Amino acid sequence: MKNCEYQQIDPHALPTPTPTPPPHHGSDGDKKEEPKRPRRKWEVFPGKNRFYCDGRIIVARQSGVLPLTLGLILVTSGLFFIFDCPFLVKHLTSCIPVIGGGLFVFVVITLLQTSFTDPGILPRATPDEAADIEKQIDNTGNTSYRPPPRTKEVLINQQVVKLKYCFTCKMFRPPRTSHCSLCDNCVERFDHHCPWVGNCVGKRNYRFFYTFIVSLSFLTAFIFGCVTTHLALRAQGGKGLVFALQESPGSAVELVICFFSVWSILGLSGFHTYLVASNLTTNEDIKGSWSGKSGEDVTNPYSHKNIFINCCTMLCGPMPPSLIDRRGFLPADESVQTAGPDIELPTLATKSEINVCTQGTKGLLESATRSPLLSTSCPQGKPQTAHSCPDNSPTVNSDPSPELSTRCGGRHTASSQGDTSPRRHTKSHSKKSKRAALHIPNPAFDVPVSPTSPDAGPSSEARGHKGVSFSPLH
Amino acid sequence: MGTEMGQKRHSASLANKVFIQRDYSEGTTCKFQTKFPSELESRIERTLFEDTVKTLNNYYAEAEKIGGQSYLEGCLACATAYLIFLCVETRYEKVLKKIAKYIQEQNEKIYAPRGLLITDPIERGMRVIEISIYEDRGSSGSSSGSSSVSGSTAR
Repeated sequence: MKNCEYQQIDPHALPTPTPTPPPHHGSDGDKKEEPKRPRRKWEVFPGKNRFYCDGRIIVARQSGVLPLTLGLILVTSGLFFIFDCPFLVKHLTSCIPVIGGGLFVFVVITLLQTSFTDPGILPRATPDEAADIEKQIDNTGNTSYRPPPRTKEVLINQQVVKLKYCFTCKMFRPPRTSHCSLCDNCVERFDHHCPWVGNCVGKRNYRFFYTFIVSLSFLTAFIFGCVTTHLALRAQGGKGLVFALQESPGSAVELVICFFSVWSILGLSGFHTYLVASNLTTNEDIKGSWSGKSGEDVTNPYSHKNIFINCCTMLCGPMPPSLIDRRGFLPADESVQTAGPDIELPTLATKSEINVCTQGTKGLLESATRSPLLSTSCPQGKPQTAHSCPDNSPTVNSDPSPELSTRCGGRHTASSQGDTSPRRHTKSHSKKSKRAALHIPNPAFDVPVSPTSPDAGPSSEARGHKGVSFSPLH
Repeated sequence: MGTEMGQKRHSASLANKVFIQRDYSEGTTCKFQTKFPSELESRIERTLFEDTVKTLNNYYAEAEKIGGQSYLEGCLACATAYLIFLCVETRYEKVLKKIAKYIQEQNEKIYAPRGLLITDPIERGMRVIEISIYEDRGSSGSSSGSSSVSGSTAR
């Protein structure tokens, strides 16, 4: 067996969940437990995320330096409005605070959206799915369960792409998906984990992130320009720069902050513009997946070969829905599963599964489940569309906890080079350099905190998942 | 079969599940494989199954289509700092509702009478289409006997 500790799925232990209680009358379903309110799925989410506003807002467990980012932006903009705007309005034009204000609002909104949006987290495989993957591997005619091979090859637009098996999420990762070890989730179209925004950047929030950095570049450049103009105007008439600075001390602070940030942010925006135009992710760029480093003739199979189309797809394409149903309700007896593997549940044969959204199929479903909770309609006033009840997150918790693989993805070579790779984004230094040092390429170091989620276990850092948690930019 | 199921309604139970995986040959767009799984051979006609999967694939393609309307939506969203996503239902979400309705219809008309149940892929993170196979408890080892109750034959 391989060197990974793999917890094999015990088919007898596969729980089959019962239907969700209707959202409106919560405590009805909790017959076995104490009469408490029905729990929402975010409360049993297996990844390392934190939720606020009853599941509406999702952030990574470590907020990283998001408060710093927000603080810097607020302070700089505040000083700008207090010290520079009055002077400039008097001497130049009153458009300046308007433009500045607009940019500031735009930056803050996009920053918050990047931080608080689900980046495209893939829910973990249900035990049944995981068992199915393992079962298929054996083709000698015996049905047995064993760890699946590490990779699977698929052909995408005539290009061979390897899909890796994620031991944490128990599934073959779709193309361009990567497991972030900081957040302990597989994220679709994983770009990188950004500590400045305190979240992963992936399929769903990449456009917010891009808009944020572009508008921040404009804001920084704008403030820098205005402050310079302000000081220049004040220093006119032989008064000198020192005099000007004394009269407007806030401008000095702004000047310093903007001077050091503008290069890194502009560099970052430029880098991401290049990525968007070639339909690449930071992850792929760092690893050189499509640059032909391996010597073969590889091209990016996802690119539309046209810059304009690539840009439009990435930035103006349809917004995919969140796949984790954060605000859905857990089925009544699911709440026991958060404690760990629920081995005493009956086998598949005796329990039936309801996978709802089929409210009309009463005959079959009622018979199958023999549960009074059945056939609740799916999206009754839920913010998400077709999700209703299912068993994805909660049952996954019943994953035998002391899992997985140490380093089953050997991808860390990439991340270890990530920080030192001579890419454009390493321009981000100067003041951010100290922060960058914190942001270590090797997620093993960063993996912080005792994970409190049931299955994360102490092995999170050892997992070595492709967490590209390095932040190349910062 | 429908009435039979109706009479034995009380004894149907879950026997097995089949998972239809994603087809990545065209990239990361959502598309499922149309290969007919062997476990369903005796349960449903191949054409019906393929039609269902193809229709689902078409719905997803429609949701993810990049064209005039999606660009407009995207540009408008960008101009409003994406706040519009908080207020308005996106096209994708609308299509997902259509898909949910379609699956429900298919279940009612075609799959349930054959003792099958399709789960909406969105509930499985768009990774698989899960088809549950039910068998009558009362009847002796139906078609899913061989691949059944994975637990019992697993060891």
